[in-house]
Amino acid sequence: MGHTDKGDGTDSVERHLDLPRIFAERGISRRDFMKFCTAMSAVLALPVTLVPKIAAALEADGRPSIIWLEFQSCTGDTEALLRAANPTVGEIVLDVLSVDYSETIMAAAGHQAEEARMKTLKEQKGKYIAVVEGAIPVKDGGIYCCIAGKSALDIARDVCGNALATITVGTCASYGGIPAAAPNPTGAVGVKEAVPGATVINLPGCPVNTDNLVATVVHFLTFGKLPAVDGKGRPLFAYGKRIHDNCERRPHFDAGQYVEAWGSEAHRSGHCLYKMGCKGPETFHNCPIQRYNEKTNWPVGSGHGCAGCSEPQFWDTMTPFYKRLPNVPGFGVETTADKIGTGLAVATAAAFAAHGVVSAFRRKDEPEREKEE
Amino acid sequence: MGNLSEKYVWEVPVRVTHWVNMVCILTLSVTGLYIGAPRTLALTPSEYVMGWVRFVHFVAAYAFAISVASRIYWAFRGNRYARWQEFFPILTREGRWHMFETFRYYTFLSRQIPHVTGHNALAGTAYAVVFLLYLVMIVTGFALYAEHAPQGTLHTLVGWMFALFSNQGIRLTHHLTMWLLIAFAIHHVYSAWLMDVKEKGGVMSGMFGGYKSVRERN
Repeated sequence: MGHTDKGDGTDSVERHLDLPRIFAERGISRRDFMKFCTAMSAVLALPVTLVPKIAAALEADGRPSIIWLEFQSCTGDTEALLRAANPTVGEIVLDVLSVDYSETIMAAAGHQAEEARMKTLKEQKGKYIAVVEGAIPVKDGGIYCCIAGKSALDIARDVCGNALATITVGTCASYGGIPAAAPNPTGAVGVKEAVPGATVINLPGCPVNTDNLVATVVHFLTFGKLPAVDGKGRPLFAYGKRIHDNCERRPHFDAGQYVEAWGSEAHRSGHCLYKMGCKGPETFHNCPIQRYNEKTNWPVGSGHGCAGCSEPQFWDTMTPFYKRLPNVPGFGVETTADKIGTGLAVATAAAFAAHGVVSAFRRKDEPEREKEE
Repeated sequence: MGNLSEKYVWEVPVRVTHWVNMVCILTLSVTGLYIGAPRTLALTPSEYVMGWVRFVHFVAAYAFAISVASRIYWAFRGNRYARWQEFFPILTREGRWHMFETFRYYTFLSRQIPHVTGHNALAGTAYAVVFLLYLVMIVTGFALYAEHAPQGTLHTLVGWMFALFSNQGIRLTHHLTMWLLIAFAIHHVYSAWLMDVKEKGGVMSGMFGGYKSVRERN
């Protein structure tokens, strides 16, 4: 994402840079490019016959401008994108997207940076794509996150409200994420909640999977529209299936082989992490297939249970991370549903046993009508 | 004084759904406990222990749901002892008095055994609560089950649950309600036994044959 400083008229020159030449300059062959297009068609669950269409769309000029906003975040999503060991095709696709504004990586600073944003906002109104990283605090007029004197809320309303579409990267931008964890001191929310009128596509995850971000952009470039989404605003190609249903440890779940302790033989043998609190059965994401860091691995693959990071309010609802079920409210931290349930069953049995003993010794109970002996 | 007579109280649908429910609840509780806290029972990944346990759980769940739905239907079609009014004595003044009387007997405050032909007022009320718990179990259970196919028909029917409650909250509710039903089952068997002994209406055998002993006033 090098070409970010667009304040001085280099804009038109850069727009006409053709992708094949950029690839040639960076040592990416035509073959690599077509492999990438094929992989993208697989991510998007498209038939292979559409690969030429994807390639043509990527090579065509007319990529929209991008404004990358960062609010309450750890920059993990930017890092996920930038820390690729080699420049991947996907990275370059995003790179040539004309990222006009991105706090973390743009060369411009201060007023220059704000100017770049305002310029895109004015010239590309309704045509650019906003990418948002991080939650938006709305409490107390949004004072808890301000950039250049403007609150994140105002910036989001301005930028996302006038964008063709907004892609939220990471759980914080999608649903508030960790900043919104109880008691949510800053009133952090996701973009859709902060700017209800905006067209938002959510790419939650902690961090976002870069492949899914690239695929969403590729889908947009190829078809001119955003991919179909589920009830939580997430694209179905990436969030349409449960982690549990595509997990490489799933055969151990069905067989009945569970890890009971970290570092045990079962753990080393790759058995199912269900009992260790893995939230794969309640989390929708394509981690088992896409994986992270150029498909090197993913949490469950490396022996840690899923934390459910791509689900709304995961920090509150998926905890405790190392237990199957949440704690029962009002019963102390370590009291599980089963302990309470066993207690309830035993107490009921004891109460009725006592009642039975008393009943047995009461011999003068009278039916309403007398008995006929 | 009255003549002792046999009265047909529990119709076939009432008895069938009762025993189907019992078998299903037993099956669902045992399999559910395993699903909630499994033990490693398989030696190789090619076995299918959890797979079969879950299969049995889901089949029993469908049977249970159909049984509960049938019983609710029969609450509008059956005889007066099966009707929905039996389960809401709290709605009438007389019903509330029966509830109070029965409560006094159960807590040893009265020696007068309430003799009713159908459910006594407290039992009827308890079953209304239990049916509510059944519905909670069915809705939460099928919501969790539907997650394997989030674009499927079942998910369309119960997916609204996930808009209202957290996934883990639904799981916890499903788990805790099972324990409430287990506690109910203990109470239910005891109370039925108590009334069989004290009331002498043959309530236990009535659930098999349908007839209860009723005394009629002259």
